[in-house]
Amino acid sequence: MITVENLTKRYGGFTAVDDISFQVRPGSVVGFLGPNGAGKSTAMRMMTGLTPVTAGRSTILGQPFRDLHNPGRQVGVMLDASAQHPGRTGREVLRVAAVSVGVSKARVEEVLAVVGLTDDEAGRRVRNYSLGMRQRLGIAAALLGEPQVLILDEPANGLDPQGIHWMRGLLRRFADGGGTVLLSSHLLHEVQIVADDLVMIGRGRIVAMGSKDELLSRGGTTVHSTDDTRLVALLEQADVPVTRTGSGLVVDAEPAVVGRIAAAERIVLLELRTGGSEGLEEMFLGLTAATSREGEAA
Amino acid sequence: MSTTTTYAGTPAVGGSPTAPTPQPLAGRPGVPFGRTLQAELRKMVDTRAGRWMVIVMAAATVVVLAAFIIWGPAEEATFASLVQLSTVPLAMLLPILGIMATTAEWSQRTGLVTFTLEPRRGRVVLAKALAALLLALALLVVAFAAAAAATPFGTGEWDLSAAAAGGVVLALMIFVLQGVAFGLLFLNTPVAIVTVLVLPTVWSIATSIIGALEDAGTWLNLDSVTAPLFTGEMAGKDWAHLATSGAVWVLLPLAVGTYRVLHREVK
Repeated sequence: MITVENLTKRYGGFTAVDDISFQVRPGSVVGFLGPNGAGKSTAMRMMTGLTPVTAGRSTILGQPFRDLHNPGRQVGVMLDASAQHPGRTGREVLRVAAVSVGVSKARVEEVLAVVGLTDDEAGRRVRNYSLGMRQRLGIAAALLGEPQVLILDEPANGLDPQGIHWMRGLLRRFADGGGTVLLSSHLLHEVQIVADDLVMIGRGRIVAMGSKDELLSRGGTTVHSTDDTRLVALLEQADVPVTRTGSGLVVDAEPAVVGRIAAAERIVLLELRTGGSEGLEEMFLGLTAATSREGEAA
Repeated sequence: MSTTTTYAGTPAVGGSPTAPTPQPLAGRPGVPFGRTLQAELRKMVDTRAGRWMVIVMAAATVVVLAAFIIWGPAEEATFASLVQLSTVPLAMLLPILGIMATTAEWSQRTGLVTFTLEPRRGRVVLAKALAALLLALALLVVAFAAAAAATPFGTGEWDLSAAAAGGVVLALMIFVLQGVAFGLLFLNTPVAIVTVLVLPTVWSIATSIIGALEDAGTWLNLDSVTAPLFTGEMAGKDWAHLATSGAVWVLLPLAVGTYRVLHREVK
């Protein structure tokens, strides 16, 4: 269980994480989704005691990270797969961690097998690892102490599609065994494959959270017309919330409401249906359009 | 210790609300110190750079001794002078060992792992300092052994006093700690190395040129105040010099650097 309460981080005048609160319950894989610079990594570093918090607090299994007994046995953490000494072999990286966590060398070989690093690969220096291999090594290190909780920052980054599906299976089994998983990603299709539940963050604030299915059905109405700009103006006049997405508008109202307005003003509709979009992708864009760096560019 | 608090009003995501709440492991925070020390010691010698550093230092003492026995004035090759000689390369290189022990966590960003496995960073700092001292002691054993092995080829005179032996050990321990301190202070390998090597020289030049600093120079020149340690001739005022110099060149950067590490954001 991971609990985050009113967590805030400010760097001078810049607010990287702005008053976020959520609790990740055991038994599911939760994706922490947001565009680059949304505050995911900062939030995760605060959860693991690496970054001092400006306000709020976070606990793992009910305790602040710094008070955990032998944290490596309780929380598996991977915050940056490339943050490894290039001069150590993969196996050596795990053996050093094993000394600190207090597990045997046999456990090192076990986790190497779990993440699919061969004997030969484990004997190579990390400098010669691909990003995908580093990710596997980082996950092996996180699993080393047989923890109850996993906190992984961009674990699927650098993995090929096959690797992403492998990770889904691995994390699924971990969660089914009663484990808690929080993993971050800036790529929706990754999270869509790996996670069951989502916390979406944009510019340091949580913009949506819930199960993947719940978020999917909560999209409102998608509409696309020959003159979207005029339609937006009309909808806003009628006090109907509307968001631009990649291929049209997502409106927080029944299709009938939108259709009536369009008909009255003789706007030609090309598309009108319930549901925010075909996938979470558009919803992600929609939810973060207002807060992301790209702004309206999407 | 293992209190579990539930928060009303924190929105929950994932899992089932009826599932049993997992409990944290009972026990004291963090990791037993012995394991942290063992891990830090291992990290100092398990990379190519670290291992070569140790090999180069051990080899340098042997080479210096061999050269002195072969080409040096034979009548001066007593055990005490050979020990002094063998520690010259160590005195120069040991601070670098201390620096490398502390800066890698930041330059290679391995601190992300180290400080999540042991969030009490002060203990990691202590383990690093101790690990550097232990490794330096091992190198000193090599230096003493090499000097002992070379003595029969020189004068065969066993003249090392306990005061000189202790002084050599103490002086080198101070140099290692100075490296650790500067490593913590700058958290950057090249800057720390350059500073440790250059700053004392700059300081001694400055004190010899500027008359007003001359008195301060005798109190605050780590190289000159440790000189009597090597010969085992520490007198009352020498200890005062050593304490002052040690405070300024070792303890002060150690304190500031440790504070920095404890409060810095690990990225």
